[in-house]
Amino acid sequence: MFPARIWREFPQRYRREAAICKKCGKRYFPPRLICAECGGRKFETYVLPDEATVVTFTVIRVAAQQYSDMAPYAIGIVKFDDGLQMMGQIVDCDVDKLKIGMKVRLEFRKVQSHDHHGVLSYAHKFVPKWY
Amino acid sequence: MRDVAVVGIGIMKWGELWEKSFRDIFTEAGLNAIDDAGVDHIDSLLVGCMSGGLFVGQEHIGAIMADYLGQKHIAAGRVESACASGGLAFRQAFIEVASGMSDIVMAGGVEKMTDVSGDGATYALATAADQEYEVFNGVTFPGLYAMMARIYMQKYKVTRRELSAIPFKSHQNGAKNPYAQYPFPIKIEDVENGVLVADPLHILDCSPITDGGAAVILTTVDIAKKLKKPIIKVIGSGLATDTISLHQRDNMIWLKSTELAGKKAYEMAGKKPEDIDLVEVHDCFSIAEALVTEALGFFKPGTGVKAAAEGLTALNGKLPVNTSGGLKSKGHPVGATGIGQVVEIVKQLRGTAENGRQVKKARVGMTQNMGGSGASGVVHIMEVV
Repeated sequence: MFPARIWREFPQRYRREAAICKKCGKRYFPPRLICAECGGRKFETYVLPDEATVVTFTVIRVAAQQYSDMAPYAIGIVKFDDGLQMMGQIVDCDVDKLKIGMKVRLEFRKVQSHDHHGVLSYAHKFVPKWY
Repeated sequence: MRDVAVVGIGIMKWGELWEKSFRDIFTEAGLNAIDDAGVDHIDSLLVGCMSGGLFVGQEHIGAIMADYLGQKHIAAGRVESACASGGLAFRQAFIEVASGMSDIVMAGGVEKMTDVSGDGATYALATAADQEYEVFNGVTFPGLYAMMARIYMQKYKVTRRELSAIPFKSHQNGAKNPYAQYPFPIKIEDVENGVLVADPLHILDCSPITDGGAAVILTTVDIAKKLKKPIIKVIGSGLATDTISLHQRDNMIWLKSTELAGKKAYEMAGKKPEDIDLVEVHDCFSIAEALVTEALGFFKPGTGVKAAAEGLTALNGKLPVNTSGGLKSKGHPVGATGIGQVVEIVKQLRGTAENGRQVKKARVGMTQNMGGSGASGVVHIMEVV
């Protein structure tokens, strides 16, 4: 991935910045220019919480080329208490013991290391709370 | 709007076509459609192709295909909506004829997927999802549908064996389709015994990587009458979209784009789900077929898998689904899939489906083609005139 493409996403990947529509309160990650619910164009930035709940997950056994040396790995969709959902890898866990409804903690981790330009990219991953 | 009919269909044997190039594949299907329609030219060409760029490094697909089809200088272009590219090409061709802009239009689709490795194809297909917030984390398409299957199976208490009924049925039908990539039946236990791709989906829950092309010719009903071909009229068309990211949907097991596209098509056609005699749906993964049949109003939410397990969607069932073998058995050359579905419905409505897979008294047929994890849905309804 070209360095500028990673750099551009730093507010979301490094600082977990999300947005709340000032008009209707709908939350977005990543932020948007216009609210898909009410058409509002003014947003307030907020930082995503540290904890969320697993809504669904899978274990990727056949991966795309830039992840193939990591397979098998778990990936899931989690929900924050405010209703916002996001996707990420679930790590530091026994993939056979994952369950819907499980609490996870967001941690800052390395996501990709085999990019076309040799640039490492970092973002959140989810760690089940029992660890 | 002018009345529009499909007067020509062109298909070819799908599979791993090592000896055939991207352009050869499309040209073969396109010429078959021209010959079937009995026309000496086409006015315009729309080619559905998801990713010529990533699979074979070729863009600018409208021009190259028009030239190799012997139709140099005609209006031609490529349309793209991921796995729904073929369905979108069909809809745009329908609009072009209905509007009076062109009289004879070819809607085609093509994909050459085996010139890259398996993980290369996985990468190319993943571009139909959100690159920055889904694919960046390492998700794949089987992974996205696996996450949908996980929710569905837990919520509706669906067993592994019940889900296996869908690919089992697809292969029963595909075994009767001489153009299918995998024209053979499977045992139901083969599904759960296959290798895991993304839990809970095994290899036989997933549609394959396929080279293939398909093409159809659309024209006005008036011109179709002069061609003395069976007239299969396009009576309904719907297209709708949803969030590209699965996680941005409140209900991740309800295909809103397909529901809305279906509503538009039903309304335009003046038909209801019970009027449909058979349907070709986008079963990119086993769970997808169930979700689609629910979104189109054939089965209530949570009953799509059980309907298949009870045989309601079999060839002799209440609503035959994917008589062609579906994406699972017939193959899934992404951009060609939506047009392949139209070819099957036209064959069925003409009464010319091969090898004992003809549905009796088939008068009204439907196609549903889908992009990504359901971010695009295209539905068409056709009727024998």
